[in-house]
Amino acid sequence: MNPTPLSWYLGLSAVLFTVGVLGVLVRRNVIIIFMAIEIMLNAVNLAFVAIARSLGSMDGQVMVFFVMTVAAAEAAVGLAIILAVFRSRETTNADELMSLRW
Amino acid sequence: MVTETTTLRWIIALPAAGVLFHLLLGARWPRAVKVVGPGVVAVAFGVVVASALQLFRLAPGAALHDRVYTWIVVGPFQADAALRLDALSAVMALVVTGVGFLIHVYSVGYMHGDQGLARFFAYLNLFMTAMLILVLADNLLLLFVGWEGVGLCSYLLIGFWYDKVENAVAGKKAFLVNRIGDAGFLLGLFLLVTTLGTHGVWTLDVTAIEQHLSHLANARTVFGWPVPTVVCLLFLVGATGKSAQIPLYVWLPDAMAGPTPVSALIHAATMVTAGVYMIARLHALYALAPVALMVVAAVGTATALLAAVIAIAQTDIKRVLAYSTVSQLGYMFLAVGVGASGAAVFHLVTHAFFKALLFLGAGSVIHGMGGEQDLERMGGLRRHMPITFWTMTIATLAIAGVPPTAGFFSKDEILHAAVSGPQALPILGVIGFVVAFLTAFYTGRLLFLAFLGECRASEEVQHHVHESPAVMTIPLLMLGVLALVGGALPVPETLVPVVGHAETGETPLAMLALASALALGGLALAYTLYVRLPGLPLVLAWRLGRAYTLVRDKFRVDELYDVLVVRPLFALAGLVAWPVDEGIIDGTVNGLAVLVGTTSGVARRLQTGNVQHYALSFLFGALLLLGYYAFR
Amino acid sequence: MNPLVFLLLAVLTVAAAISVVVTANPVHSALGLVVTLFLLSVFFVALDAQLVAVLQVIVYAGAIVVLFLFVVMLLNLQGERRLTGGMGLLVAAIAGALAFTALLVTLLGRSAPAPSTTVPAGFGETQALAQRLFTSHLLAFELTSVLLLVAVVGAVALSRR
Repeated sequence: MNPTPLSWYLGLSAVLFTVGVLGVLVRRNVIIIFMAIEIMLNAVNLAFVAIARSLGSMDGQVMVFFVMTVAAAEAAVGLAIILAVFRSRETTNADELMSLRW
Repeated sequence: MVTETTTLRWIIALPAAGVLFHLLLGARWPRAVKVVGPGVVAVAFGVVVASALQLFRLAPGAALHDRVYTWIVVGPFQADAALRLDALSAVMALVVTGVGFLIHVYSVGYMHGDQGLARFFAYLNLFMTAMLILVLADNLLLLFVGWEGVGLCSYLLIGFWYDKVENAVAGKKAFLVNRIGDAGFLLGLFLLVTTLGTHGVWTLDVTAIEQHLSHLANARTVFGWPVPTVVCLLFLVGATGKSAQIPLYVWLPDAMAGPTPVSALIHAATMVTAGVYMIARLHALYALAPVALMVVAAVGTATALLAAVIAIAQTDIKRVLAYSTVSQLGYMFLAVGVGASGAAVFHLVTHAFFKALLFLGAGSVIHGMGGEQDLERMGGLRRHMPITFWTMTIATLAIAGVPPTAGFFSKDEILHAAVSGPQALPILGVIGFVVAFLTAFYTGRLLFLAFLGECRASEEVQHHVHESPAVMTIPLLMLGVLALVGGALPVPETLVPVVGHAETGETPLAMLALASALALGGLALAYTLYVRLPGLPLVLAWRLGRAYTLVRDKFRVDELYDVLVVRPLFALAGLVAWPVDEGIIDGTVNGLAVLVGTTSGVARRLQTGNVQHYALSFLFGALLLLGYYAFR
Repeated sequence: MNPLVFLLLAVLTVAAAISVVVTANPVHSALGLVVTLFLLSVFFVALDAQLVAVLQVIVYAGAIVVLFLFVVMLLNLQGERRLTGGMGLLVAAIAGALAFTALLVTLLGRSAPAPSTTVPAGFGETQALAQRLFTSHLLAFELTSVLLLVAVVGAVALSRR
């Protein structure tokens, strides 16, 4: 049914991924950084689904299933870490969380 | 005619065992040290005597040979650790072990109470081992081992009382000057072995060399000089170092810093004679190089004269004897230089007797006077130390050459060969007579200043002056006997099969009379100046002014060497030490460290601790990868 | 999907994603994230991935973003005054991101296979997904469940006082 070529979907996926990357690199608030990571993961999901459709194989969608599961687990643990850090440091500013410097 | 045997190795093994004993157990059993030290030498002497008797029962020119083991095998070159007892080495070994034994006994008394007694006897035994290796070696390489060994022991024993830095300095000087000589010796060895090697003879055995002399006779070096001459001159350099001739004699007077028995044994009777022995042993080689022989004789004569003149003005009792030794060694070099090796070795033997006696007597005086060595503070010791006095008198007569002492016979053979032998150099013989006069003079001066006249020492010293104990005086007496009758020993005749004959015939009576007259004259002059008219020497010294101080300061030769050699070497070393060692080498090593430090100082700034910076570098890495795939 | 519809939805998706990254208020970011996820779900439906689309809404938008909002509320975060960590970082990041996009698009466009217009029956439905999941990817499935267990334990352990 769709005349939109696969490459468009992949291009969209690439742009979304880049937006996520920018967010990770530039923002200081760690929560926003996490959200940007979620955007990256979703961009990848899009790419998987598009190629699965193109190849006619369900394996791509199984992959998305796993990505979602792992993303959920990662979000839970990551937010718990943020909570713990916030309790001891009173900050969510990525610039101030750099005790591993030289 | 060579007989194989296995007894010769014991001559060397016994003192070596002594060394081990003294090093390992000597500290624990000091009383045993006093027995073992002289004891091993006595037993070695016994073995030498037995072997010598066995040797002399064989035909003249025979030899005993002991091949201990195969030492070096490198391609075609082979050197065995082999010992050889022929007439020449038998005479040397008898002197070394015999006189050595007497000096060991004397040392028991002289070094009594010294902290390092075990160490002293260890070194002394080590010296005996090395000297016997040198004398008995069948092979120039093994001889060199002994040569180096005695040099080492000389260093160790000169600096024996190392807590005084000047003793250590003297030991160092001896070793370094010797080393220069050794370099010449080594170069001679190299040239010799390579020249023989070009004819397929790869060995340094003395007998083999003698058999293949024809190969050497016509060989030429790179610069066109005949090989025998160059080799002999190089060996002469080594001999001047070891036997304290011009120009490498400067270490011997300083070596008097060591204990007096050391001076007697090493620097009078044995080690310093190694050079003479080596040239005598290689007389066949030297016969191919008449130029070298002339140089040997000239060097010897010049040294004899120089040293005798310096000895006249010295005030330290041991210094006089040191220069006397240098002078007498000059006589021996003169002898080998005119082809009279038998006479040279004869004088070596008699010199061992009377010079060791003189040194031990001096040691007795020093011991009796509580350490005093300055002749100007002695005098009149004849009453307090009679045995020492009379034995020293015998030694003085012997060195002066008064008949019928041993020295008379040996010195006379040399002078006769020098004046009228087949390779005679009469001018040198005349100088030899002059030196004989001077020898009598300065030795008489020593005797009279020390033992006759009024005592110039302090009251306290005069109270304590005493004769030395028997353990010291008995060796003096035995050496005295040898110095008196040793002239009867048929040394030159025995050595004919080995070193040849000087073809001199009987010494004319006129020459004998002249020599005796010079000897007595010298003694008389000394007596006049130092006993009858005691003020006169001072007046003469003052009159001679500058000339006198120059002689007393040994012609400033040490200072000359300092300016010519030592300081430039230090400057060169400094040139290398600071810019090269500290600048370049240290600079490179430190520079590397600094480089690492700087680089890491820059690189560590990457560790900002900011995770987003790290993520950025991930991004750039991914860019590189993608770029690679995109543009492949 | 009609290309025009695709373009419209794509622009909206990118705008929403940018809003997540750009706004100061974390709650506004979370809202933007929800919009992005919904739009992506639409794309999934268009690509015959119905189950995945539903899961996206339920799990991602319904659970994960809610979790984010919990934490934001819990920490009582205010909007920040300065958004980014310095000009140099911003410039480097934007430059790198643009280059990255360009390269990605080049690569992806180059090797994209021709899309098939027909798909097998039941493609994208629960049955098909489950069939793949529980046969050839069974081990990954089991490991993922262990992972979830670990995550739960970890989250509890980390957030204890």
